[in-house]
Amino acid sequence: MQSEMDLTQIRAQFPALDTHVYGKQLVYLDNAATAQRPLSVTELASRLALEENANIHRAVHHLAALATDRYEGTREKVRAFLNARESAEIVFTSGATAAANLVAFSFGEAFVHEGDEVVVSVAEHHSNIVPWQMLCARKGASLKVLETDEKGLLQPDALEKCISERTKIVAISHISNVLGLVNPIKQLVQKAHQFGVPVLVDGAQGIVHEQVDVQELDCDFYLFSGHKLYAATGTGVLYGKREWLDRMPPFMGGGEMIHTVRFSGTTYAPLPQKFEAGTQNFNAVPTLVPAIDLVLAFRSSEAVIREQKAILDYVLSAFSADDRIVLYGHAPEVKIPLFSFAVKGAHHEDLALILDKMGVAVRSGQMCAEPLMDHLGVSGLLRASFAPYNTLEEARYFVQCLNKAMDMLI
Amino acid sequence: MTLEEKKQQVIEDFSLYDEWLDKYEYLIELGKSLEPFPDDKRTEEHLIKGCQSRVWLDAEKRDGKLYFRADSDAIITKGIISLLISVYSGRTPEEIAADDFGFVADIGLKENLSPTRANGLVSMIETIRNFAQNG
Repeated sequence: MQSEMDLTQIRAQFPALDTHVYGKQLVYLDNAATAQRPLSVTELASRLALEENANIHRAVHHLAALATDRYEGTREKVRAFLNARESAEIVFTSGATAAANLVAFSFGEAFVHEGDEVVVSVAEHHSNIVPWQMLCARKGASLKVLETDEKGLLQPDALEKCISERTKIVAISHISNVLGLVNPIKQLVQKAHQFGVPVLVDGAQGIVHEQVDVQELDCDFYLFSGHKLYAATGTGVLYGKREWLDRMPPFMGGGEMIHTVRFSGTTYAPLPQKFEAGTQNFNAVPTLVPAIDLVLAFRSSEAVIREQKAILDYVLSAFSADDRIVLYGHAPEVKIPLFSFAVKGAHHEDLALILDKMGVAVRSGQMCAEPLMDHLGVSGLLRASFAPYNTLEEARYFVQCLNKAMDMLI
Repeated sequence: MTLEEKKQQVIEDFSLYDEWLDKYEYLIELGKSLEPFPDDKRTEEHLIKGCQSRVWLDAEKRDGKLYFRADSDAIITKGIISLLISVYSGRTPEEIAADDFGFVADIGLKENLSPTRANGLVSMIETIRNFAQNG
């Protein structure tokens, strides 16, 4: 992949962007829910299914070796992408939700007992709340809630107040899928570590917008989904420090995750296979390779960086100039181009429905973050989330359509 | 006007608009003109399940006929329920229960709504039908 691409070249790799809906050019601004897929990903997925399909790790035949190399090569690619110490610290899952459940179960089995506490933030996606609630119910532990500051950011001082001698783990997002602000993860991790508490970072949005170095952040777990990062659906990554993963029991039992199986007892495979029970998604996981290449190309593209900045500045200024719009998550210096907002006097669903008919795909509702909606005192919001393939022109069209929709409704 | 005539009229009214945005304008107007919903009926019991926005529906029987009142916090949804009410209010339970609600598909409402909205529409129809069946 060339290191410098312009927007036209980038967009050409995503056929979905050229779609028309209701006779209008599609403007896809629901990237925080899932990104569109590039040809490099779909072509690889198709080729693997048609030409390199064999179950990994087991058989000695040629195709199995090819598929295994692809799969393990992907693990090394992800390791380098996150700068993990070793590829054994990279566990493939079906997505961020599965990764969060894995940690909540396995870490919980090993380390959480009755009367213990787990800290989550108020701005978490349900996927980083419910698994912890389930763990707490199972163990008789309790959930403590870290609130955001007035801008919508998680702060180390506030975290300190949530930590007690019973706190076993802190689970927080790198970037909230509603607020779109980059939390000071390194400082938050440092704070938790001062008290000997490990930190899980939900990177579902963070990995898309930020360069992540897990050794630099020093987080204990980092997880994300492939599909928000242009890879195939059903792929996900859990990074965990070996010191934790080694001491956690398996999440699921089955093939692949075992060393020996006897009715008198079973011993488990070493990392990372211990956490990869059953047939893995070997046709899809390797699509993380072209997806990561694309992410790296986006990050080194001046054109993309310029356009993203222009979109951010334009939408922030258009929204602040319109007193009908209330934006949530307002800290321009750490804001990604993800805008959740309410319109006074208009229901988010009506707005989304009208925008849809103009070709603009945005999200409406609670965005899998009901506790945050309650905290903000809203029944739901509208969210426009931009990807590196989106253009300033699309942002302008979106704002123009939003104005028209508001005029119809208010 | 008979039920059939009324349905035909709604289909004709709706077909006046080619563009979906114009149809929405029409629904928004219908929603705005819906008579106010009594506050004491705005309860969990009258809330229709399956809608993303909140929809309340209540029925009253007078002289053997059902009269509906409804509300929603989203205006397009309110327009849709208003449309349904205008067709089915003042009919006998037997008449409503025997109807197939096919005109909703004829005006293209179901296909052109988002999936959550379409589910909501199905729930609204089910609720009206339930009121009729329970008589």
